[in-house]
Amino acid sequence: MTRVLVVGHGMAGARFVQELRTRDPGRRFELTVLGAEPEAAYNRVLLSSVLAGSLAPAEIETVPSAWYAAEDVELRTGVTVAAIDRRRRRVLTTAGEHVPYDHLVLATGSRPWVPPIEGLTGDDGELDRDVAVFRTLGDCRAMLARLHRVRHAVVLGGGLLGLEAARGLAGRGIAVEVVHPADRPMERQLDLDAGRVLARTLRSLGVHVRLNAGAVRFTDGWGGGGRGLRLEDGTRLPADLVVVACGVRPNSALAAAAGLETGRAVVVDDTMTSVTDPAIHAIGECAQHDGQVYGLVAPAWEQAAVLADVLSGGPARYGGSAVVTRLKAAGVDLAAMGETDVDDFADGVEVLRFADPARGTYQKVVIRDDRVTGAIMLGGPETVGAVTQLFDRAAPAPADRRALIFPGVAASSADAADAPDDQTICRCNGVTAGRIRAAGAGTVAEVAATTRATTGCGGCRADVAALLASRSTVEVPA
Amino acid sequence: MRGIYRGRNVTEPVRKRPVHIVAGMGTTATHCAYCALQCAMTLTADAVGRVTVGPRDFPTNRGGLCQKGWTAAELLSSPHRLTTPLLRVDRSASFREASWDEALDVVAARLTATQRDHGRDTVAVLGGGGLTNEKAYQLGKFARVALRTKNIDYNGRYCMSSAAAASNRAFGIDRGLPFPLPDLAETGAVLLAGGNVAETMPPFVRHLAAVVDRGGALIVADPRHTATAERATLHLPVLPGTDLALALGLLHIAVADGHADRAYIHDRTTGFDAAWRAAAQWWPERVERVTGVSVQAQRATVAQLAAGARGRGAVVLTARGAEQQSKGTDTVSALINLTLALGLPGKPSSGFGCITGQGNGQGGREHGQKADQLPGYRRIDDPAARAHVAAVWGVDPDDLPGPGPSAYELIERLGTDGGPRALLVHGTNLAVSSPRGRFVADRLAALDLLVVSDVVLSETAALADVVLPVTQWAEEDGTMTNLEGRVIRRRRAVAPPPGVRTELSVLAALAERLGRGDRFSDDPETVYDELRRASAGGVADYAGIGWDRIDAEGGVFWPCPSVAHPGTPRLFADGFPTPDGRARFVAVEHRPPAEDVDAEHPVYLTTGRILQQYQSGAQTRRIAALAAEPHVEIHPDLALRSGLADGDLVRVVSRRGDAVGRVRLTTTIRPDTVFMPFHWGGEQAVNRVTNPALDPVSRMPEFKVCAVRLERVVA
Repeated sequence: MTRVLVVGHGMAGARFVQELRTRDPGRRFELTVLGAEPEAAYNRVLLSSVLAGSLAPAEIETVPSAWYAAEDVELRTGVTVAAIDRRRRRVLTTAGEHVPYDHLVLATGSRPWVPPIEGLTGDDGELDRDVAVFRTLGDCRAMLARLHRVRHAVVLGGGLLGLEAARGLAGRGIAVEVVHPADRPMERQLDLDAGRVLARTLRSLGVHVRLNAGAVRFTDGWGGGGRGLRLEDGTRLPADLVVVACGVRPNSALAAAAGLETGRAVVVDDTMTSVTDPAIHAIGECAQHDGQVYGLVAPAWEQAAVLADVLSGGPARYGGSAVVTRLKAAGVDLAAMGETDVDDFADGVEVLRFADPARGTYQKVVIRDDRVTGAIMLGGPETVGAVTQLFDRAAPAPADRRALIFPGVAASSADAADAPDDQTICRCNGVTAGRIRAAGAGTVAEVAATTRATTGCGGCRADVAALLASRSTVEVPA
Repeated sequence: MRGIYRGRNVTEPVRKRPVHIVAGMGTTATHCAYCALQCAMTLTADAVGRVTVGPRDFPTNRGGLCQKGWTAAELLSSPHRLTTPLLRVDRSASFREASWDEALDVVAARLTATQRDHGRDTVAVLGGGGLTNEKAYQLGKFARVALRTKNIDYNGRYCMSSAAAASNRAFGIDRGLPFPLPDLAETGAVLLAGGNVAETMPPFVRHLAAVVDRGGALIVADPRHTATAERATLHLPVLPGTDLALALGLLHIAVADGHADRAYIHDRTTGFDAAWRAAAQWWPERVERVTGVSVQAQRATVAQLAAGARGRGAVVLTARGAEQQSKGTDTVSALINLTLALGLPGKPSSGFGCITGQGNGQGGREHGQKADQLPGYRRIDDPAARAHVAAVWGVDPDDLPGPGPSAYELIERLGTDGGPRALLVHGTNLAVSSPRGRFVADRLAALDLLVVSDVVLSETAALADVVLPVTQWAEEDGTMTNLEGRVIRRRRAVAPPPGVRTELSVLAALAERLGRGDRFSDDPETVYDELRRASAGGVADYAGIGWDRIDAEGGVFWPCPSVAHPGTPRLFADGFPTPDGRARFVAVEHRPPAEDVDAEHPVYLTTGRILQQYQSGAQTRRIAALAAEPHVEIHPDLALRSGLADGDLVRVVSRRGDAVGRVRLTTTIRPDTVFMPFHWGGEQAVNRVTNPALDPVSRMPEFKVCAVRLERVVA
């Protein structure tokens, strides 16, 4: 038996356990999972749906507890690890218990970063009661529990998570302001114009984004006992609730304290193994591969699959992930991927753009060497799937680049009356316009009797009628 | 073809013979020779025996016919028609004509010797979904009673098996449509996953068009913008092999966007939580990345189905595109889950349906030619089912064989150590229709004895030791069960050419030579009445459906357990035939195709049908008016990169083999995918290329997606 100990029961950890068991029908791994959160594994991607009210918290559970029992996986929730003892190959929990391992998988994720703004935290370092982060199901429940008292909310941070939270709150009828330090929302994914169009779309949905703005203080004394946020420029924003969405920090302190190489997160190689200790692995948001720390689910799941394969003796290696960012916010259709902020006229690059800001549309596709290397697709949802797949698969871009932005223009249905004689009118029976004209028939039924046209799917009935009508008009003397 | 068929007297094109008119039956009301729509038609034989086809009004085709139907009678007097048994001493020799007695004696003697020397299971049988109920039933009985072999399966394994398996596990019953086809026209929204009815069964489109004409939604999921997609209000251009992810995503949206019918789920189903948990991992943005179908289109699909559910109804249909995958059963299950979440099955003009392909694809899978089944859709491993059927057959239940392998697995074992050494083929052209075709041809060549009953010298018959010429559709009586589950009459309109026998008579004659002649009638109505008794009490219960009733009522829907029972046009209104009366959600997970594209084979291949041809083309390729050449649909971008121009010959190459077709440039296909129809043999057979990766439940091969490269054929 090989003992595999997984620390972290979030999207990466839960996925890894499932991936490993799928590859382990003989149960040669003894699997233990330690999760700090008290909850069963849940789908973090759907937290915004919970906040928006379309899903109940119980509906985002990913793995039922019965699965762990059936698969003989020991799951212990509410257990926090205090230290890793690499020499003895065991971890120490905050409860003072030692848990041994042959392979230790760190899937500890990340935590929200709370900026040092006066009033967000109390003297004890804990968040103020009217300040929330949006990271865990617990955060989500806490926010939901107070929403009935919230009329004005401010979201600090206009990145992906901040905007999703803001949209969710606005969907519940709450007035929402987003305070964002950069010149555009989602500045890591969007160019300036896209940011402007997005801000405009959000405004129409009840989310006001303040750009180049910073908060200085969260205070009481807003009349009527209300509270509010003071910004750098002196603006005062009423806020019954402040949601902090200023980015995350990987949870890698445990690894660092154990002497593992860490940069922004635990440094791993292509097998998702620590470059310091071959018995320790890291996946998800606490892992740094080739200089990259990914903050999305798709890379975490790819890494989980690679590590499960590696531990099972398979050949899989991780070569980095193509990241597609998709804003999950009702009423906004936005995908961003790859390089987006490039000079339109730089050598070796093709940039396509279509903008219709009044209708909330901004589409931009970047092509190098005939491959899509980046795109912003905002408000033009028809071709998103095709562009994403081209980007993901590094497949050749269409010869007619317009197809990337404009959905295929349907073949123009020319008037059947003008159809040339060799044009097929009835596909089902292979009848041409010429044969219908030559049939000498006056009605559709007569055409059917002589040529079989219209007798299959019946879809050409109107065309046959048009042919007959045009002929009769020609024959009628003036 | 005649190059292979070079025995004495048979190299000459056969002269057209006058067709013998059955006395008093100058005009006969019957149904089409081909697909499961079974369009009603009238056959009129004139004084010199020429048969003409006319459409007949019927709820399914509403007076429509396609080219295939209109020209169906041409094969009756085709010069390609076999009219005498053919025999040869070994495969390198030419066929020679033989008398029926000689041919049957040879077959019976060699079957007997094979079983005596190597065991009963070394004789195998493959049947087809085009056989009448009577023939399908008799073939299953022949295998179990006369041959006592477990090795029988049929080509429906390549056709309906995934939908059948998924329907059974959800509803406890497998009937293609849960309602009469005209109900479809009344519904408010239709999602058709992987079907191109505008080419495969054109009159079906009339019902879909009626939905659209009244402002309803028709959503078609297909990698190609097919003639059917052209008629749709929304086309979902799904990447080949990802229909399951799409289905999971649609369920996700249905629940997350609040369209789930919670009361229905609570009152009429089980298993929702686990199914949702699987679908919860397929949020629309993830699905978009895997399938290429935009989030917007996914949401629109669900919104339109949900609107239908609140109004005139909503229907989800699958066809081979979604089903012929190594995960076809799970794909259908995922779509059934969607219908259950929306509360559709059992409501008027609503629910899940599968569009059956072959003429008797429905009845053909109910009466015992499936490896694991006995008549009436009974399981062969169920002691009660064995006892019932054994009693009807007058044998000891313990003498009935157990379940055998599925079609492709059976073919894989032909001529191997311990595998079947003799094979009887009825109603299928497996040399063309099986995946990895060259390997299949090798397996057939390894047999000691191959006996093929057919109308023409099909590619499979051309490989045989013995070929038996049998009747075709207009020359025989019997019943078919169409895609609705309506049992209808096939009626004899003309006498067969002299020298041709019915398969019932072939089986009876062989049974007699095998010492079981007393159990096998060659009269179709007698056989049918026995089928009724054998099916009585089974899921597919035909007990109350006599020929007289079908004639009087224009068809009867099964189940129909007694003559007093009205039949069952609509299923599930009052419950599901499961032990607890509830429909079952089945939790399924997406997985990629068995073979994905790579540097060496960078293009997806998908296969399908064209309007002019039917199945392996054995019939339709011999009708001049339907002449067509295999083509390969390629997007202009891919053609440009591959150095191909419209009209070039291109070789489509996979790890298993290659096939040649003519390039047809079209923008209606994804640039990463090519399409080739499967109606041809030899070098034109795309099934030499396709992948035999099997669905773990239905044993359906993965016809609909594999990885290929394209090579221009230089003249």
